[in-house]
Amino acid sequence: MTPSAIILIVLGLAAIGYVLGRQRALKTAQREGVKLHSLSGYHGQSVALFIAVPALFLLAAWLFLQPVLIESSVSGRIPQSAIPEGGARSLVMFDVRRIAEGLNQIVAGGDVSENDLADMRADVTDVRARLAEVGVALGSDVSPIVLQTAKEYRATDLTASFVRNIAVLVVALGFGAWALARIRPGLRARNISETFIKALLMGSSLVAILTTVGIVGSLLFESISFFNMYPAKEFFLSTTWNPQFRGGSELGILPLLWGTLYVSFVALALAVPLGLMIAIYLAEYAGSRLRSYAKPAIEVLAGIPTIVYGLFALITVGPFLRDWIAQPLGLGSSSSSVMTAGLVMGIMLIPFISSLSDDIINSVPQAMRDGSYGLGATKSETIKQVILPAALPGIVGAFLLAASRAIGETMIVVMGAGASAQLDLNPFEAMTTITVKIVSQLTGDTEFASPETLVAFALGLTLFVFTLGLNILALYIVRKYREQYE
Amino acid sequence: MTEAATEMAVDTAIKESAIKMRGTDVSVFYGEKQALFDVNLDVARNSVTALIGPSGCGKSTFLRCLNRMNDTIDICRVTGEITLEGENIYDPKIDVVELRARVGMVFQKPNPFPKSIYENVAYGPRIHGLTNSRAELDEIVESSLRKAAIWEEVKDRLHEPGTGLSGGQQQRLCIARAIAVSPEVILMDEPCSALDPIATAKVEELIDELRGNFTIVIVTHSMQQAARVSQRTAMFHLGKLVEEGVTDKMFTNPETKLTQDYITGRFG
Amino acid sequence: MTDTSADTVAAAGRPKARSLYQVSARTRKRHASETRFRMMGLAAVIFSIIALLGLMTSILSNGLSSFKQTYVTMEVFLDPAKLDKKGNRSPEDLAKITTFTIQPLIQTALAETMEARGIAVEGVNAKTAVELISKEAPAQLRHFVLANPELIGQSVRFELLASGRIDGYYKGRVTMESAALDRNISPEQLTLADELKAAGLLESRFNWSFFTAPDASDTRPEAAGLGVAILGSAYMMLIVLALALPIGVAASIYLEEFAPQNRWTDLIEVNIANLAAVPSIVFGILGLAIFINFVGLPQSAPIVGGLVLTLMTLPTIIIATRAALKAVPPSIKDAALGIGASKMQAIFHHVLPLAAPGILTGTIIGLAQALGETAPLLLIGMVAFVREYPGAPPEGFFDPASALPVQVYNWTQRGDPAFFERASGAIIVLLVFLVIMNTVAILLRRRFERRW
Repeated sequence: MTPSAIILIVLGLAAIGYVLGRQRALKTAQREGVKLHSLSGYHGQSVALFIAVPALFLLAAWLFLQPVLIESSVSGRIPQSAIPEGGARSLVMFDVRRIAEGLNQIVAGGDVSENDLADMRADVTDVRARLAEVGVALGSDVSPIVLQTAKEYRATDLTASFVRNIAVLVVALGFGAWALARIRPGLRARNISETFIKALLMGSSLVAILTTVGIVGSLLFESISFFNMYPAKEFFLSTTWNPQFRGGSELGILPLLWGTLYVSFVALALAVPLGLMIAIYLAEYAGSRLRSYAKPAIEVLAGIPTIVYGLFALITVGPFLRDWIAQPLGLGSSSSSVMTAGLVMGIMLIPFISSLSDDIINSVPQAMRDGSYGLGATKSETIKQVILPAALPGIVGAFLLAASRAIGETMIVVMGAGASAQLDLNPFEAMTTITVKIVSQLTGDTEFASPETLVAFALGLTLFVFTLGLNILALYIVRKYREQYE
Repeated sequence: MTEAATEMAVDTAIKESAIKMRGTDVSVFYGEKQALFDVNLDVARNSVTALIGPSGCGKSTFLRCLNRMNDTIDICRVTGEITLEGENIYDPKIDVVELRARVGMVFQKPNPFPKSIYENVAYGPRIHGLTNSRAELDEIVESSLRKAAIWEEVKDRLHEPGTGLSGGQQQRLCIARAIAVSPEVILMDEPCSALDPIATAKVEELIDELRGNFTIVIVTHSMQQAARVSQRTAMFHLGKLVEEGVTDKMFTNPETKLTQDYITGRFG
Repeated sequence: MTDTSADTVAAAGRPKARSLYQVSARTRKRHASETRFRMMGLAAVIFSIIALLGLMTSILSNGLSSFKQTYVTMEVFLDPAKLDKKGNRSPEDLAKITTFTIQPLIQTALAETMEARGIAVEGVNAKTAVELISKEAPAQLRHFVLANPELIGQSVRFELLASGRIDGYYKGRVTMESAALDRNISPEQLTLADELKAAGLLESRFNWSFFTAPDASDTRPEAAGLGVAILGSAYMMLIVLALALPIGVAASIYLEEFAPQNRWTDLIEVNIANLAAVPSIVFGILGLAIFINFVGLPQSAPIVGGLVLTLMTLPTIIIATRAALKAVPPSIKDAALGIGASKMQAIFHHVLPLAAPGILTGTIIGLAQALGETAPLLLIGMVAFVREYPGAPPEGFFDPASALPVQVYNWTQRGDPAFFERASGAIIVLLVFLVIMNTVAILLRRRFERRW
């Protein structure tokens, strides 16, 4: 039985529980001739909640933990001898998991029965070819021990899933029966179900925290295993980025960091003045009619997906810059370059900065403007000498948020900046960024235990720390700024 | 009131030569709505003119017409004529920036810029290019702050933010800021409404002193204030000028019943 | 003038009582600088509009042509001698027909049709003539035969895809000059195409299969479509809607109505604001590490994409929902509490319905963001080449699929420039979806906007 079938069964049980709970409440009230404390619907609701919520939570937790627990128990059974020289246990386990999956598919295909499978031996059957038929491609032949482990893995997994299904159903029925049994006319069913719902509401608000914990946890965990394989000093201080999939890679972050900062700098140098000027123009000069159209238009523009800009960089801006500027000036012959990615990213950031700055400029009180106009200042003098200084903290906050977006932007640089990691000053050279390398190290067929793959997590961690710092600083500044005028 | 005031206004009418500003048939519209109806009012030189009336009567609107602050509101339209020294300030050829340099304004709520006290006062002279050197600027700042009777309180912290002052100090700073441009007329829109009684007394005292050098028009909600600081008073009601004349006479022997009712607190 | 103030105050100032009509040089300079500043603002606006127009023009001019496709219409004789040697029409035997068996049928059919119409171009024989027709055509024919075995032995009229180069020729991408240098097409073949077109055998029409067909291999851009990608995106949006909306609304209700004001709540709030600004690729790493490696969900599956996008969309929905809840005046809740409703009842019966339009608007905007998101999906393997449609939900959520924006990226990585056209076309489809969603959101906001 698949998890989704179990979910449907539990939800069905909950619906039945609702009806039963209602009826029972009405009946007991009638029999005892007393008034119900709560409406009958609340009795039904509390029964349904007791059936569905604990069971579904159990299911979710089980689904989450089962692979981990099985893996740790099974992986202990692989003898050290079965692990190839220089390889890692987790790498073997990765194969085991895939083989187990393949075996499942073979059985599901109906060609091989469970008994045949138990007899399947790696030295007799060509397991690799067999698995390839069901779409599980393996890098090498399957050793007997690995196949044995895979079978054990599969067997444990099947048993565990069976136990899981039973446990979930028992929990659903058990809680349901208990909730049903305690229905009395005087039962405060409304309070019970409201407390229950309040707990659910609170739980939902924890999802945000859990997400952050998940991000930090996964980044840290994998980064630590990366730094166990590759010295941290090399990673942070080396100026060479040269991954080799046969080992002996040089994985210095500096060229990537340089590319990231260079592209972001070009983008911000374009977007900040333009975005700010647009916000000023709309807030201080444009009529209210223009404003009423321009505001939503800018919001929509800020929502254009970055893949659109990426394509623009790839098919239009890149070739244009190469043919009209870089080549005539002898600056390079690559259509992907820091300039391409930077300019397009700048265009992407303009509406973002305009939108934020517009809010900030508008929150400067009108009294400031009046004070300045009353002294005979012109509009531009008022803007430059009164409004902008007053709005400065907010604008700095917007700038930091934009910088954080520029650093974390992926698609535009993947499609516009190129992939060659180098420390160069020429903006018409192709360079690469942290995000580009995260994508390139984590896509394609990569072994999940090599430093070349795990370096992506260390890059991700660096990126996360950078942007987190910028975001927190920006949020803090903007918050302080808002308080100033409230 | 002082002798100067009574001297200048022996009669209820102002002498032609003493007229600083004159409004003729001034009407103001906010979109479709008319806020001011054919107001004719003269402002005498080197005196304080108080504009009184219940809220929404148009007194602030009229005040803002005197230095064209209404220009900043898109839907606002002004008809009629207002002159400064005989020149129509609504003439399209007039430069509103120059006008506002000569007709300054102090607002209801103190609105110091988020800059230092010094910079607040220096802002006007700077944009108008009144000085050539730092020393001259220092001099203007000091004399303006002195005239606004706040120098002693702030001379040791000129470079602290103006927003850190108390409400009354902020308002006097704003007055200093207006004085620093050396305008001929200062318009004050309920300058004391956001202040406590002690701060109010200080500002009123200041207004009386400034009268020697400036022509002042003040909008006020408080009858007592009008009586204390002004030489002439104009009473507005529902966008119309009801009555105007020498303050003492207005408060002792008003011509219209409406004014009398307002002054005695029957409405408003 | 006898202005006493002039001597006393304006010692350093300009002379008083100058006429208002005289504008000083300084004022003139100030006005010039004012005009310059204003022009700079206008220039910024105009530059941005031009940049935006450039973006749109580039996408539209490259992509609109992907909505048309060139087809060759002709009769093909479904030769039983080749297709059904045993003559029993059994599906099992028919299933063994390969595209190699069918290719000659098409070649013969084209040669016969050309002969019947008297079309002949020097330098083009039957073998090179059939290169005008897409390599996808045999598959198309095979599919047809398997579906209609009873038609074997008859001549059937087919609309077969023209090859990518021929299609490109009618879209201006391929010219006689470029064909002369191209290994895949010759100028003579283009001349033949023109002849066929003149004879009405070859024509361009609306490309429905662009929306329904799955992706195609590197050498067959003419057959590539968005079917799997649209389905995959739709599945992910369903998952995001089903998870992010209830969780987001529940979290917002808790934070807005129940949460005590303490450090813990503050932490949650800062956390949510922060998550909204975390780079999207980091969510991709999260999805890869937690959902795929840790939990063991399959790669390339909409369920993983949906979960990742849910986590990304949550902050948007929570922020919008809280704003909507805040906008409902407390008096309404007080009124409900005043007649004895519990707090929960007051919120669910009165506050929530009034906040619904705001919540809906925020949700649609969040979904639109999620729909265009690419980077995290690359990391969870959505970039794989998928030709099979995913099954029906819920099982289909676990099948490999693509997504609209990822399909765009995928196509840009291919060699044939015809894929750039497809990528731009896919972007147009994506933008149309986004424009519809945003318009609905804006209309909803206008329609239900309430001033209390």
